[in-house]
Amino acid sequence: MAEKTFENSMAELEEVVAKLESGDITLDESLQLFEQGIKLANSCQKKLDEAEKRVKILTATENGNMEEKEFEVEE
Amino acid sequence: MEEVQQSVIGTVSRVNNYIKRLLDSKGVLANLWVKGEISNYKRHSSGHIYLTLKDETSVLKAVMFRGAASTLTFEPTDGTKVIARGRVSVYEAGGTYQLYIEEMIPDGVGALYLEYEKLKKQLEAEGLFDGTHKKPIPKFPKRIGVITAPTGAAVRDIINVATRRFPLAEIVIYPALVQGVGAKESIVKAIEYFNSANTVDTIIAGRGGGSIEDLWAFNEECVARAIFASHIPIISAVGHETDFTIADFVADMRAPTPSAAAEISVPSSVELSRIINIYKSRLLGAVASGIQTRRLRLKRFVPRSPQDKVNEFSQRLDMYISRIESAFKLKKSDNARVLGELCGKLNALSPLNTLARGYSIPVTESGTVLRNKSDFAAGTEFILKLRDGDIDCIAK
Repeated sequence: MAEKTFENSMAELEEVVAKLESGDITLDESLQLFEQGIKLANSCQKKLDEAEKRVKILTATENGNMEEKEFEVEE
Repeated sequence: MEEVQQSVIGTVSRVNNYIKRLLDSKGVLANLWVKGEISNYKRHSSGHIYLTLKDETSVLKAVMFRGAASTLTFEPTDGTKVIARGRVSVYEAGGTYQLYIEEMIPDGVGALYLEYEKLKKQLEAEGLFDGTHKKPIPKFPKRIGVITAPTGAAVRDIINVATRRFPLAEIVIYPALVQGVGAKESIVKAIEYFNSANTVDTIIAGRGGGSIEDLWAFNEECVARAIFASHIPIISAVGHETDFTIADFVADMRAPTPSAAAEISVPSSVELSRIINIYKSRLLGAVASGIQTRRLRLKRFVPRSPQDKVNEFSQRLDMYISRIESAFKLKKSDNARVLGELCGKLNALSPLNTLARGYSIPVTESGTVLRNKSDFAAGTEFILKLRDGDIDCIAK
């Protein structure tokens, strides 16, 4: 999957913050890291905001395999 | 007064002895099983056990001598329902009849507890409960497999808690039998399915509350071994807080309830948003403090730069500020104070900041800044202006 997973984005964000805070970089580098970090933070937040719950249930097919179907929780 | 014959007057001992011989002659009393509940249990230092067996309407005194008592496979207590085998006879000196117990085992539910303890000991000795075998629960699962009954409170609770907390994770239910005939096979099949299909990152296996018989499938050896063999981490969620099944001991993590299992399996989106915002603040803070550090360093420099360099740097500063603003997407109200400080610091910087930390500026002898690759034909002589001095260079 080409798109980064939420987990990877969060991990990268943590790294960027640590690097920027370490202070061992040029002004240009800090600006680059800053922009990269903000971009990552926004994309993570977007993923959280846009997530919709997905629930599936496995049912047996004719040939004995299992397939996934949408599941509605009974209230 | 009636004439009493001397020969009819018996001694206490004679009476008791007569009764003993009477009882001992009854074959059925020589070896029988009696069902009852233990009360007045007392184990003497001698090793002999004295107790009373009772049912709803009466009691029977009993004793288990040390030799027989040593064969007990459980610790009897008041209230334990048992079945005991022995003989009923008379303790002459005490004038009582009692059950002399040769063998005693727990009755019904008690027998289940015994089986549970036995299997638990065995599997523990094999190392199935060892912490070293427990796998960590993935922090950001993409898909969670849930092995439970498709109806009822347990599945509802798990879905509601997990999807509210972290809708990014997809839930996949494997509907299983969780009690009665076929339950243990169903649970094992579900675990093996998820392991071979490899479609989930974490498994929750469990059910709602019930009696020890209801939960029994999760005490079965085959289920325990399937949990142990699973390469996908399993959270067990069987019954209520106080219910412990063997599945709970083998699982990579035990949850006291199905809802708690859902909480363990996913992070909280609310908490994650909070963390993301903290990271954003730290990013801004780090950039601002980096500027501040350089500004302090600069105070040591004597400015002696040509005008075009000053212009160039001013332009660069403006660009920096607008990039930070747009990256951070600040509205006037958000973090206005921090950004204001940052912009103030940037604007106050002397042009020589370019040279602080890694920047050097190539110029001609007359001070013109060289910026493009085309300015550096082979053999071009130029001066490299560093923070603390100049270097004469020739382009290769």
